[in-house]
Amino acid sequence: MISANLPAYSVAAPLLMAVVVNLLGGRRAALIPPLAMVSLGISTLCAAFLLPQVLRDGPLSYTMGGWEPPWGIELIVDPLSALMLLLVSAVALVATWSAGASVAKDMPGREHHFFALYLILISGLLALTMTGDTFNLYVMLEITAITTYGLIAMGRERAPLASFNYIIMGTIGACFLLLGTGYLYILTGSLNMVDIGRILPELYGGAAVATAFAFLMVGIWIKTAFFPLHSWLPNAYTYAPSGTSVLIAPLMTKVSVYLMIRLIYTVYSPEYAFVLHPAVPHLIVWAAAIGIFIASSLALAQVEFKKMLTYIVVAEVGYMVGAVWLINEQALTGAVLHIVNDALMTLCLFLVASAVVYQQGSCRFEDFRGLYRRMPWTMAAFTVGAFSMIGIPPTAGFFSKWYLILGGIEAGQYLYVAALVFSSLVNAILFFRIIEIAFFDGADQALDANGRVIRAEAPGALVQPLLLTAVALIVVGLSAGPLVSGVIVPALAWLH
Amino acid sequence: MEGLLEEIVAKYNYWIYVVLMMIGFYAMIAKRNLVKKLIGMNIFQTAIILFFVSTGVKRDAGLPIVDKDLALAGAIDVATVVNPLPHVLMLTAIVVGVSVTGIALAVIMRVYREYGTLEEDEILEKIGR
Repeated sequence: MISANLPAYSVAAPLLMAVVVNLLGGRRAALIPPLAMVSLGISTLCAAFLLPQVLRDGPLSYTMGGWEPPWGIELIVDPLSALMLLLVSAVALVATWSAGASVAKDMPGREHHFFALYLILISGLLALTMTGDTFNLYVMLEITAITTYGLIAMGRERAPLASFNYIIMGTIGACFLLLGTGYLYILTGSLNMVDIGRILPELYGGAAVATAFAFLMVGIWIKTAFFPLHSWLPNAYTYAPSGTSVLIAPLMTKVSVYLMIRLIYTVYSPEYAFVLHPAVPHLIVWAAAIGIFIASSLALAQVEFKKMLTYIVVAEVGYMVGAVWLINEQALTGAVLHIVNDALMTLCLFLVASAVVYQQGSCRFEDFRGLYRRMPWTMAAFTVGAFSMIGIPPTAGFFSKWYLILGGIEAGQYLYVAALVFSSLVNAILFFRIIEIAFFDGADQALDANGRVIRAEAPGALVQPLLLTAVALIVVGLSAGPLVSGVIVPALAWLH
Repeated sequence: MEGLLEEIVAKYNYWIYVVLMMIGFYAMIAKRNLVKKLIGMNIFQTAIILFFVSTGVKRDAGLPIVDKDLALAGAIDVATVVNPLPHVLMLTAIVVGVSVTGIALAVIMRVYREYGTLEEDEILEKIGR
């Protein structure tokens, strides 16, 4: 009884807690982060139970309200969505752990507003990973988008303007998705992904099917911030409050890439996407490669840590989208592994940004001066995250890049391989520049009576999740072999 | 030329939504005023809603209110009733559109308080300073 309803519980727990948190109001602000963590703990537990279960028994279909598919809305938990469910809920749990401290400093008295939106956003993301209905996908995507607009606009200075640009771009993307869904509905008379996938092959020759595919893909690429549709992302993520960017930067783009995989493999077939129009994958991989080159170069020009990270996020989106369109097993495995790894790396580095902003007020490069002595724990975690971003073993980033490069060579896309190598080199330059500033440059620091630098570490609520994420990066890196052979390969086998 | 005109007249509902969509798209991209951009966005969404609603229409079909017993017995000819599903979907899409408009207006108010203007080039000038 309980185990059959796990998918619904994992979505309902944060959604119901959002109501509770809002009712608690500003006076009991201290209670709010622990309560949010309890609800996300429930989601994480549900996901942790579901993953081994679906790996053993095959996909689980949950019908909302008892209406049978293809008429009712269906939640499908196959191994890939269970993996994403676990990733999203675990990353959200860790992000919430740190959000309490930074939100209490950034917007005192408004914690309940922030966390209500925050929990609805997570609830939407969890539902997105499981939904088996194309219209439901649009609605859930808009739930995550609307809450994100609000969460970004809570920041100071340029945040509202960045949020407005995101609203315009995000709405265009969502409308394209809706239009693609409409075309598919006219063609097949169905909204259920599996059902459309069953009916569609007979209609593959038609122009309307191709138009629907183009609308769906462009819509999802705007949401993913795939180059050249990325222009909204850097400002939105930079000017968002720390608590917001720690959650959305690791999750939003990764979930969108997962949705792209879902649309290509479940709604359309890989044969349609990759074989019927053979020139298209080449063009997209080239666009991804050019996007990686340009985003990495733009990251070089930045003087602020958070803004630099946002351009790295855009480059990483290029990695993953390009890998999906390389059309081979290695690259797709690499793409899914990179979704997991990149979520963890981005979480780690944005937590560092959050801790540095908490202590220093901003995170321009000069704020990092002497931080290895003043904030040793934060900087230790930063080093692990940076090494993972560059791709130094045994951190997680190395292994997914390895698969991506092998996939690129197998497909003969050397421009993509070159872009990956170039981006890794740029990341090395970027992060070693910060390490140099933080390690060597710091003579004028306050000293205590014994002549030692005074420690000024961020509060425990920020540092503990950061250290946990850094450890997770190494653990996931070391267990990349079992993760690929035990979870990702069987999960991808269900897709075909 | 003849064929094109016939094509447009035969599928005029789709052409209306295409034209509306392009108007909205133009306003979102070319207008410098944030409120005008928002109105363009609304036109864009409305075009898609009209498109969806028009897909449910059948010639000479009635309201989708049917006798329950007849429907369960399978005695209703589906060609005599309009397909209600697109309309129901669009109720949700309208709610989404209203929410986005609401939050966009709230954000525009914050932008106005910050910069004292809603013209994009003036805002960019103030940021540059």
